Amino acid sequence: MSKALESVLNKIPTHEAKLQSIREILLANALMLGEIPSPTYSEEERITFLGNRFTEDGLQNISIDEAGNGMAIVPGTQGKRNILVCAHADTVFSKSVDHAMSVGPTSIMGPGIGDNSLGLAAIATLPEILKRLKITFKDNLILMGCSRSLGHGDLGGIRFFLDNNTLPTRAGVCIEGIQLGRLSYSALGMLRGEISVEVPNVYDWSSFGATGAVPILSSIIQRILQLPVPMEPKTRILFGSIASGTSYGTQPTSANLRFEIRSEQTGMVAHLRTQIEDIIGEIAGGSDTTIKLSVIAQRKPGGLPYGHPMVRSMRSILNKLDLKPHVEPSVGELSELINRNIPAVTLGLTNGYNKNEFNESIDIQPTFSGIAQLVALLQSIDKGLCDE
Amino acid sequence: MSDKINRWLETNTFHHGEFWDILKLVKMKEEKGLKISLCIPTLNEEKTIGKEIVIFRSELMERYPLIDEFAVIDSGSSDKTLEVAASFGADTYSAADILPEVGDKRGKGENLWKAIYQLKGDIIVYVDADIKNIHPRFVTGIVAPLIHNETIKYCKAFYDRPMAYSSGIRASGGGRVTEILIRPLFSLFFPELTSLIQPLSGEFAVRREVLEKIPFPIGYGVETAHILDVYKEWGLEAFAQCDLDQRIHRNQSTNALGKMSFGILQTFINRLKSYGMVDRLPELSTIYRQFQAEGNRYEQLTREIVEYERPPMITIPAYRKKYGIKE
Repeated sequence: MSKALESVLNKIPTHEAKLQSIREILLANALMLGEIPSPTYSEEERITFLGNRFTEDGLQNISIDEAGNGMAIVPGTQGKRNILVCAHADTVFSKSVDHAMSVGPTSIMGPGIGDNSLGLAAIATLPEILKRLKITFKDNLILMGCSRSLGHGDLGGIRFFLDNNTLPTRAGVCIEGIQLGRLSYSALGMLRGEISVEVPNVYDWSSFGATGAVPILSSIIQRILQLPVPMEPKTRILFGSIASGTSYGTQPTSANLRFEIRSEQTGMVAHLRTQIEDIIGEIAGGSDTTIKLSVIAQRKPGGLPYGHPMVRSMRSILNKLDLKPHVEPSVGELSELINRNIPAVTLGLTNGYNKNEFNESIDIQPTFSGIAQLVALLQSIDKGLCDE
Repeated sequence: MSDKINRWLETNTFHHGEFWDILKLVKMKEEKGLKISLCIPTLNEEKTIGKEIVIFRSELMERYPLIDEFAVIDSGSSDKTLEVAASFGADTYSAADILPEVGDKRGKGENLWKAIYQLKGDIIVYVDADIKNIHPRFVTGIVAPLIHNETIKYCKAFYDRPMAYSSGIRASGGGRVTEILIRPLFSLFFPELTSLIQPLSGEFAVRREVLEKIPFPIGYGVETAHILDVYKEWGLEAFAQCDLDQRIHRNQSTNALGKMSFGILQTFINRLKSYGMVDRLPELSTIYRQFQAEGNRYEQLTREIVEYERPPMITIPAYRKKYGIKE
């Protein structure tokens, strides 16, 4: 281990202790951001809040771009290169959900607090954190709250930024509120799709022996489950949600399945997609129904090697915090950064529970380790310890 | 009367958005040498107190030092209210431990009253602990009018802004007890006070010079008594009110509101007695005063409601004739 990295690691315990003083500011940001509903494509109010925080902290180049990303620059002492620090600003919850957070002595509970109000709050609080820790960087930090990340958003915010950004970006750090110890440095190949089954209004129920859209969709699922999926390289088909019908005794004429295919293997996602299309074609033909596959989002697989200096630095940082790295490939902002050859990792800030449920919650105290880890990583990047 | 009320509504009714620049407020406060204390009276508020403390400490003490002092004064919670409050660094007090020589009475008014002794500020801001959507505006909106204008001594919060409204003009007003009890009473006896849109709201900021001179009912009547006493001594000009948009809190049952109304009515009648108004009732007004709002502009709606009475039917000759009633 280099002396420079050792020096970064040795400061982690001191930083952790000093960060306690930022508790109210960090938590207040998480609470106030968390109570602003922010479904995908409706992130404006959260991004405005973030922009106001940037203004209050005297940052430079504060702006909201055409895609709705909010960003600002913490100027470096040299400012020749830039480190992108980003967190997605959208949540899976609609505006009609009660976004009130409740605060206990050790935890905070509320929809989206871990995914990703806390992550966004870390971006909003980072200028004050660096001020209190008396840390300056040679590089500029580009702080960004990303719009249109989840679901149908399909990483629209980060894509727009990377398509149009003219600043040379040395590295990227993506922040998620949960889980502490997470270390993502590879992007999964991914296809996010919807299968919709439509039974025609003039359907001949007696001829085909079917009982509506549900059994047809069910047989599609059964057939998909029979597809051979390799254990290595890791590949999975996830069934995320299913919707159909309104009552007990009325046969539904439509049904909808949302799913994702994820794989570390190049070409595997496309291969499975072809097989699913074959299944759909076969079942549609045999049941006189209309079955469609809509692709909502796609990602290419890729990633940093295990021995990349940024990954090595992160492992050392987590080790210093007595945390076991939880290696988890990402389908988030990280995948876009990696696809554009920007070395990047995704990390988590604290322990969380019931992710994407109404009773989602986070532990407060581990957050300071999470923030200390972020600061140490930024220092490592700034000192060139993460360059290949 | 209506002119005076409408003038007051123009000059002394604010929206919290007018005071968005907290840094400016802090500077004005410092220039005027004012100290501001915040009191949160509590009784079993473990679910909401933590968030209030985190947000107020972060935004109004650390980020912008508008509040000089911040205390939770508790009536004897049996839940973890004090533990949660203390865990986020709030100064917590049991009302019973403040001024022990005067004894301990149970009620929110007791906490508010003892706060005057415990806290040192020139202005004391009171904010209820049961607000789910707490935000710095719950303090800045009601303290700002006092910082800006020395004539204003008592600023009340009110809550308007429905999330959606189909036409430009909307009915505006207080909660059920305000509309069913307080507004009719004020319309009858103190018409100028009907200009307060939500006289019972639990969020208000008051100058010490006022607080130390008025008595405090310890129960439901504390807000009503304040308004009547401040009005009697300093007039309508001493009041201001600020729209803080939405307030989300737990709803009370009709039974609970009945108890509250009973307490308020006692306070109100006691005030009529002490002002010498019971034996010398003023001519009862027949004008009932409500509000309508359009955007940020509020105006009173006045309606004449005359409770005309018919005599007993038996005194009507035609009735007596029809039914053969002779005597």
